[in-house]
Amino acid sequence: MDDIAKRSIEIIAKAKNIPTDTINLDTSFEELNIDSLDKINISFEVEEAFDIAIPDDALGSLKTVGDVVRGVEQLVAAKAGSAPPAAAATS
Amino acid sequence: MNRVVITGLGCISPIGSTVPAFRESLFSGTTGITPISGVEDTPHGLPGVRFTQSATVQDFDPTQHLDSGVIAASNRNTQFAIVAARQAAQQSELTKHHAPGDIAIVMGCACGGRSSEEHEVKGLYTRDARAHPLTIVRTMSSAGASQISIDLKITGPTFDISTACASATHAMGLAFHMVRSGMATAALTGGHEAPLSFGFYRAWDSMRVVSPTRCRPFSVDRDGMTLGEGAAIFAIETLDSALARNATIYGEIVGFGMSADASHITQPQAEGAATAMSKALVDAGVSPDEVGYINAHGTGTQANDATESAAIHQVFGAHAAHIPISSTKALHGHAIGASGALEALATVLGLQEGRLPQTAGVTAPDPSLNVDVIINEPRPTGPTIALSNSLAFGGLNAVIALKTWA
Repeated sequence: MDDIAKRSIEIIAKAKNIPTDTINLDTSFEELNIDSLDKINISFEVEEAFDIAIPDDALGSLKTVGDVVRGVEQLVAAKAGSAPPAAAATS
Repeated sequence: MNRVVITGLGCISPIGSTVPAFRESLFSGTTGITPISGVEDTPHGLPGVRFTQSATVQDFDPTQHLDSGVIAASNRNTQFAIVAARQAAQQSELTKHHAPGDIAIVMGCACGGRSSEEHEVKGLYTRDARAHPLTIVRTMSSAGASQISIDLKITGPTFDISTACASATHAMGLAFHMVRSGMATAALTGGHEAPLSFGFYRAWDSMRVVSPTRCRPFSVDRDGMTLGEGAAIFAIETLDSALARNATIYGEIVGFGMSADASHITQPQAEGAATAMSKALVDAGVSPDEVGYINAHGTGTQANDATESAAIHQVFGAHAAHIPISSTKALHGHAIGASGALEALATVLGLQEGRLPQTAGVTAPDPSLNVDVIINEPRPTGPTIALSNSLAFGGLNAVIALKTWA
């Protein structure tokens, strides 16, 4: 697991006060009982951690932990001025 | 009109975060005032003020009571409120015996989520930081009332009252009137506050009313108040409903009075306080000479204690010097919007146990005040009527009258 995935999972685990090993990329927000308030809270922490800005219209499409990680990878890559890794962008 | 009784008690306080712990400290005279430390966003945890002590809740761990979502969305004062409300509701089994829509929630909170707001503002002003997305719901003063309703699934009239240091007493008085009138059959009411932030300490320091030593109300050498935090919440209901289900009754609320000084934003006026006490007695239908205890607002400042004593003389005349009075702020500190609730709890426990709490730390009662201050140890009493006074900055006065349940 790369650093972005690891850090994103740590943020979600901290927000929900659960162990990181109960979360993987396929874990859904529904399974974690993440509501709309949790979502904006987690988004804020992710933005702070990676110094990125998640667009409002992207928030609604986040359904799994993997969605968060892929979104962060894209935004970090965009910020760095390079294209996102193909696997991350399409998986 | 319904008679209104107290059937559940809850508290999170500097002298105990359960009612039994609060009771133990109250009657043993164990103060919760300790050296200031660990203040968020300050150099070395210290706010750099002229005073060194405050009354903080030392043993509260929100993760022991609340899930992570509620913790993230709430300031410390709201967390106190939820836990204290649970204690009161569970003790009374309120939600088991009253329909959710028949229970009111009336809370006193003046400062809201001040520390959460200050933390965000610091980031804003120092590094143009974004505000945390939960800042609004953490800081609104009504969050405590809302979170209690969500936690206990209570759907009746629910709101917060903000009248500075009288907030909780105004809240309890209105809840009492709502149940007495039949608007609600029961209520959770009281106050909660956790305002001890860097800026709050500094602002009070500049007012020069905080004791550089330790709050000792009515003492001849008193030198100011001591800031505090905490929550106390009561489950109240009609006497008929309490008797019908054989509930344990801890006391009766018999009257409520309020007034405004209409004079000065900080200087209290005896006439305003006297009016609120007189109105509470009229509301209770009792004569002044039936009052056997006053839990004073008693902040420990020169101005408050002198003005409040003068007001007591105005209302009670020759009887004034014979009414035992105390201020329990020397134990639990001045919790601003929650102070009236902590003091009502001390009053209810005093009436229930037949021993009136003492004023801790008094060197010698100020003879110029000519009031009978309970010092050194609790004083025995038979069944009686008690007043609990709250006299706020801005001249907003609220007084609740309580009666021994015997």
